[in-house]
Amino acid sequence: MTTSGYEAVIGLEAHVELATATKLFCGCPNEFGAAPNTHVCPVCLGLPGSLPVLNRAVVEYALRFAAALGFRVPDESIFARKNYFYPDMPKDYQISQYEEPILVDGSIEVDGVHIGIERAHLEEDTGKTTHMGGGGRIHEADYSLVDYNRAGVPLMEIVSRPDIRTAEQARAYVSELRGVLKALGVSDVKMEEGSMRVDANVSVRPVGTEAFGTKVEIKNMNSLRSLGRAIDFEIERQIAALEAGERIVQETRHWDEADGRTHGMRTKEGSSDYRYFPEPDLVPVAPSGEMRAAAAAAVPELPAARRARLVADWGVSEADARVLVDVDGLADFAAAAVDALRDGAARDVANWCTGDVMAHLNETGLSIEVLPLAPDGLAELVGLVAAGTISRNQAKDVLAECLRAPTRPAQVVAERGLEQVSDTGALAAVVDEVLAANADAVAEYRSGDDKAKKKKRGFLMGECMKALRGQGNPQLLNALLDERLA
Amino acid sequence: MSAATEIAAAVRAGRRTARDVLEEHLARIDARESEVHAFNLVLADEARAAADAVDALVASGADPGPLAGVPVALKDNLCTRGVPTTCSSRILAGWRPPYDATVVQRVVAAGGVVAGKTNLDEFAMGSSTENSAFGPTRNPRDVSRVPGGSSGGSAAAVAAGFAPLALGSDTGGSIRQPAALCGTVGVKPTYGAVSRYGLVAFASSLDQIGPFAGSVADAALLLDVIAGPDPLDSTSSPRVPAALGPGLRDGVAGLRVGLIDELVDAEGVEPEVRDAVSRAAAALEAAGATVERVSVPSVVYGLSAYYLIAPAEASSNLARYDGVRYGLRVDGDDVATMNARTRDVGFGPEVKRRIMLGTYALSAGYYDAYYGKAQRVRTLITRDFARAYERFDALLSPTSPTVAFPLGAKADNPLAMYLSDVCTIPTNLAGHAAASVPFGTGRDGLPVGVQVLVDAEQEPTMFRVMQALEERAS
Repeated sequence: MTTSGYEAVIGLEAHVELATATKLFCGCPNEFGAAPNTHVCPVCLGLPGSLPVLNRAVVEYALRFAAALGFRVPDESIFARKNYFYPDMPKDYQISQYEEPILVDGSIEVDGVHIGIERAHLEEDTGKTTHMGGGGRIHEADYSLVDYNRAGVPLMEIVSRPDIRTAEQARAYVSELRGVLKALGVSDVKMEEGSMRVDANVSVRPVGTEAFGTKVEIKNMNSLRSLGRAIDFEIERQIAALEAGERIVQETRHWDEADGRTHGMRTKEGSSDYRYFPEPDLVPVAPSGEMRAAAAAAVPELPAARRARLVADWGVSEADARVLVDVDGLADFAAAAVDALRDGAARDVANWCTGDVMAHLNETGLSIEVLPLAPDGLAELVGLVAAGTISRNQAKDVLAECLRAPTRPAQVVAERGLEQVSDTGALAAVVDEVLAANADAVAEYRSGDDKAKKKKRGFLMGECMKALRGQGNPQLLNALLDERLA
Repeated sequence: MSAATEIAAAVRAGRRTARDVLEEHLARIDARESEVHAFNLVLADEARAAADAVDALVASGADPGPLAGVPVALKDNLCTRGVPTTCSSRILAGWRPPYDATVVQRVVAAGGVVAGKTNLDEFAMGSSTENSAFGPTRNPRDVSRVPGGSSGGSAAAVAAGFAPLALGSDTGGSIRQPAALCGTVGVKPTYGAVSRYGLVAFASSLDQIGPFAGSVADAALLLDVIAGPDPLDSTSSPRVPAALGPGLRDGVAGLRVGLIDELVDAEGVEPEVRDAVSRAAAALEAAGATVERVSVPSVVYGLSAYYLIAPAEASSNLARYDGVRYGLRVDGDDVATMNARTRDVGFGPEVKRRIMLGTYALSAGYYDAYYGKAQRVRTLITRDFARAYERFDALLSPTSPTVAFPLGAKADNPLAMYLSDVCTIPTNLAGHAAASVPFGTGRDGLPVGVQVLVDAEQEPTMFRVMQALEERAS
């Protein structure tokens, strides 16, 4: 996409919390939401004399990610120390990977475009500081509290190449990445809870030029939506600045969700020099062939493949397949319903899932696992429609009830007396009765033009349905009417 | 025979009680500690309880272990659960670790009785134990002189008979040099042989814990207890080392020993020290070893490389002392000011000097010229040693260029002080093992130490050479 002759160049850095049972370098639980400073030990508190020991599961997770997205895993990678003072960082250095990351050169396909991923490396998270008083802002706070439960939680930083051109593409990239990480079971990837944080490097350049413009790093986007908004804002801001003859300053800018703008952060005194050097307390990470093979074998079907399979096997649209796969547990739910299906089409199952079931989830904020409706309940509903027992419209009401309370579609149908009348004899009697009672209409039908025919036929059909309290099988009624009026 | 080995044997056999042994040592501490100042903290009550527990075990018919009832002094940079661990720095004021170092656990599990925490140069930075926030330790052989450092308190404790065994840490010679100056045995094991878990870090890639003892056999006894793999230290060797005790007296017949040219002739090596090394070489020849001169050319760059690598790592290791979580805090208007004031008040001048050196060496634009180049020198030294070990089973050199010097003699001249470690530093850079064994006396009857160096994991050979020297020292 271009805006007034400019093109954006975007690279994304995603920090993903890995969902291992324990932290990166110690045995403390890696768990969100515990009372402050309860998941800590000498190692993650950086007490004098303590030493880090790498969590094997973290390497296994990284290898699984590598196998999924075609990364190269060097024979050896090393950890380094990133030195800077910050109260929520127990050692005043962060153990991270710098020059030799564990994964290099992967890529991911997003809407038919390959987005390169330069590297993915492992590092430890910091603690969390809460500023008390002064509205929670550091400069006005009376004092600050530090919770080190998060210190040492394993992070994987995934750095894309500057292959992204639009905010929409950036969102799609993150969405695809989330899907992959979720499918691999290596992270919860919840942007809202901070288990996935995405920073964007954005620059603009005149269309047709190769050289990159000056890039600006934007931070603090805590949803896909704000990521898109922030990038769009920043692109426009940079273009406007260039058009006004200004120069772009290389800086870090903060996204403010409330005012919908990015703001330059107070520049640190002097430029930051992290004085990286190899971490002497750890040995190089050299995953064995067995570990690599086991990780490759543990890669499940990835979202793109699953979507393709749903399109091919169930005949759903690409858009519906995306909804099914992207929403936690929805595709699994649908698949279980399809397995339980005795009558009806997989596509109908999918349509209910992406339609009424999704609407219900969005409305209530519930997740699929807690619904009172089980997959075989949905299969039953689809079966009732396919067998002509109830109409689609009736099925909507039945489903709504099954989503609210634990019951079964067949039971709801029975309780409400909703069975469709599909007995041809009974239907024929009703049709004959209606035609006899409305001889005028029949006469007008026979003598009228196409428009009049259509109108009168609709009237007669309506009368039949009225007589049947809406429970007549519409296909059969139509056939009988056609026969009598011919 | 030797003190610790005899004590353990007697206590295990029920011939002596651990409590008696301890009281004897506490009495010596009472008599001389005020002039020596080996300890930051004497743990008399805790030690009595531990000794009584050992005696109770023996009475119940159980074996307390190879260190049964042996008092052990710990350098005060080894973490002890609930007991202040100061690194002889104001910055750790009031801090009590919530855990024991792996070596402390092993000593206690072997029946050892922790007698106290010994003085050191602040954060193990120094060669005289004068850089301590709690005042200097004095050499028990001549209290007007320094005991060496940084593990001067541990060396002095053993030399004064306060404890038969002590643990120290050696980053560039901090066990071997004070052992030489105090006339005790001091061993720097192969990097990774002993777990560093619970050793407050100075320079992580060089630090190694090792024993002080009155004899080679006692040093072997303690090293056997503390060495071996530890899952809490990623850099600890996964290999279970062979016990040193059994082969100790196998002799040196047929061993090839090299006398390192560059260290025998190093800057500042005094004639009395050079003489002692020559006599040691002759003694080994007399015992059946062959001795030849050997050149290890790159060791002359060891000191320079060390004073880039060690401060670089220290600048990072010591960043955590920021006043936020433990130890000293000097308040300020904001966090950065609090950090700066705490560190200004908490650290002594030598520690500040090395933090600044190291910070500079790692700075953007200087990294390759300093830290990077120092690491290349390190590789070179390792390669030169490897070449020497193709021809020799062990190498020989002075430990310290001089005997113990008077307090204050080098206190105002950091470079002169740094030269104390010129012979010991190359071993740390290579990650190999080396030890100092007393070999006679020099001027004024002060002890002289001879250094025995071996390739990584060749401690059994090193101890055979050490034992042979000890037998021929007097």
